Amino acid sequence: MTIRGPKKCVWLVFVSIAALLAGQGALWADEVQGVGVESEAALNATIDVDAAVLEGAGSGAIEEATVEIDSGATAWMLTSTALVLLMVPGLAMFYGGLVRTKNVLGTMMHSFAAMGIMSVLWVVCGYAMCFGENVFGGWFGWNSDYVFLRGIDTSIMDAGVPEYVFAMFQGKFAIITPALIAGAFAERVTFKGYCVFIALWGILVYNPLCHWVWAGDGFLFNMGANGAIDFAGGTVVHISAGISGLVAAIYLGSRRGYPKTAMPPSNLVLTMIGAGLLWVGWFGFNAGSSISCSLVTAQALTATQVAAAAGALVWMIIEGMHQGKATALGFASGILAGLVAVTPAAGVVQPAGAMALGAIAAIACYMAILLKNKLGYDDSLDAFGVHGTGGIVGAILLVFFIRSSWMADAAEKAGGSWSMAQQLGVQVSAVVMAIVYAAVVTLVLVVLIEKLVGLRAKPDCEMAGLDHTYHDEYGYGMLNPN
Amino acid sequence: MKIITAIIRESRLDQVREALIDAEIERITVTRVSGHGQQMEPAIHRGKKVVPNLMPKVRIDIGVNEDFVKITCDAIIKAARSAKGGKIGDGKIFITNLEECIRIRTGETGGEAI
Repeated sequence: MTIRGPKKCVWLVFVSIAALLAGQGALWADEVQGVGVESEAALNATIDVDAAVLEGAGSGAIEEATVEIDSGATAWMLTSTALVLLMVPGLAMFYGGLVRTKNVLGTMMHSFAAMGIMSVLWVVCGYAMCFGENVFGGWFGWNSDYVFLRGIDTSIMDAGVPEYVFAMFQGKFAIITPALIAGAFAERVTFKGYCVFIALWGILVYNPLCHWVWAGDGFLFNMGANGAIDFAGGTVVHISAGISGLVAAIYLGSRRGYPKTAMPPSNLVLTMIGAGLLWVGWFGFNAGSSISCSLVTAQALTATQVAAAAGALVWMIIEGMHQGKATALGFASGILAGLVAVTPAAGVVQPAGAMALGAIAAIACYMAILLKNKLGYDDSLDAFGVHGTGGIVGAILLVFFIRSSWMADAAEKAGGSWSMAQQLGVQVSAVVMAIVYAAVVTLVLVVLIEKLVGLRAKPDCEMAGLDHTYHDEYGYGMLNPN
Repeated sequence: MKIITAIIRESRLDQVREALIDAEIERITVTRVSGHGQQMEPAIHRGKKVVPNLMPKVRIDIGVNEDFVKITCDAIIKAARSAKGGKIGDGKIFITNLEECIRIRTGETGGEAI
C-alpha cells in the first residue's frame, strides 16, 4: 500500500462542482428574500382557503389555483423513489459480485459514484434539461426556474404529488442509467475517467433522451397518435445504457487476457442479493412511473412481477437444456432480462403479454450473449447483452400485446383509426433514434475523455486491480487476520 | 528438486503469473497470506495514517527440478520487483530442498511427478 497524494484532476472535478455550487449560492442569496416572501404568501393563501372551507363556503366561489395533495399518490411516489434508489446499491452488488476479487470495490464504486455525481447534476441542471420547455429545436429542455429546483419549492403537480417528489423520483433514473453502462467496461477503466464520463453522458445523452420521451413537449412523447410508448424507461434507460456500453466497450477494447484468461466472479452470493434488490426496486421503477396510485399502478406492478418471473424461468430452462445445468447467475440474468423488457411496456400490457415479453427477452438476451462470445468483443458484465437487447425487444414487441383500451384511446386521438402497424412504426423509429443518438454521442465522449483525461486503465493498473490502483483499499480485506 | 516459495505484493500477482507462463512454468499454488517484513508503508483510513502490522501478501509455491530453479526465480524477480529498481515490500523468495514428490493419480515419484 502506498500513500497517494490526491490526484489533481480528480480534485479539479470536485472543485469545479463546488465552484458551481458557490456561484449558484451567491445567486441564490439574492433571491432568498424574494422566495421567502412568495412562499409565505402561498402559505397564507392556503390557510385562507382552508378557513373558507371550514366555514362551509360551498358556494363554489373558491376556485383556487393550488392543487390538493393526494396523500395516497404521494405516499406511493415517496415509496417508489426510495425503491428506485435501492436499485443502485443493488446494482453495485450485482456487478460487484460478478467481477474479479481485485475489482470488487472499484466496480461497486461505479454505482455509488453515480449516486453522488448524478444526484448533484440532476438538481443543478438535470431536471431543468429534462422537464423544461424545448430549446434548440427540442434537442433538450430548459427552464431556468428548475435550476437548483428553485422554482418548485411549493409546487404541487396536477397528479396531487408535490413536484419535489416527482423531481427526486426522476432523478433516481438519472443515477441508475449511467451506472448500468459501467457493466460494459467493468474492470478496465480509470475512476477519474469514469466520473467525467458519466457526468458528461448524463448531461448530453440521458437528459436529452429523457426530455424527448417523457417531457410534455418532447418529440417522441408526441409522436404518432398517442406517443412512443416508453412507460418506465426502456428507451431512455435501458437501450441508451446498453448501446452506450457497447460502443464504449468496443472502443476501449477487451480486458487484458480476455477471452483466454478465465475471469471468474468474485462472489455470486453478492450478485444474487443484488439481483433480488433489483427485482424489489423495480416495483418502484415501473409501478411508480404511473405518477399516481391508481389502476395503472396496479397494472404495471402485476406486469413487472409476471415478466421477471417468466424471464427467470425461461432462462433457467434454456440453460438447463443447453448446458445441462441451471446456474444461479443464469436465473439472475433471466430476472433482469424479463424486468428490462417489461419496463417500456408495464403500463400497456396485460399479464399474458408481460409473460410473453419476459420469456422472449430471456431467449433474445441468452442468444445475444452467445453471439457476443462468438464475436469476441468484451462487454464484461453484459450491459448490452441484457439491457440493450432486453430493452429493444420490449420496446418493439410490446406493440403486439397492447391492451385494447389503449389502442381505442389512440384511435380516438388520431381521429378515427390507429393500427398496430402504425404504432410499430412509432416504436421502431423511437428505438432507432435512441440507438443512433446514444451511440454517436457516447463515441464522441469516450474518444474525447480517453484523449483528455484517460479512460482506459494502464496495463499495470488493470493487473493490480481497480481497488488497489484507484482506491487503495481491499474489498475482501476482512479475509486477512487483522 | 526444490520448493520455491515466493512472497510477493498482491498487486503484482498477474505480472508474476504471466512471466512464469512465458517461462513455461505453469504448475503453481497461490495463497493469500498476511505477514510482516521490513515494509512500513502506511495506509490511509478516513484521512488517518495507519501502519498495518500485518500486510496482505500473496504466497506462491512452485515445485521444480534443479534445472528450472534459476529460470523460475528470475521470472518471479523480474515481474515482482517494483518499477525504478524495486521498493521495500516487494517480497522474498525462499528455496528449500524437496525430498519427495508423488503424483496422486499415477503414483509416479520424483522429478517425473513435478
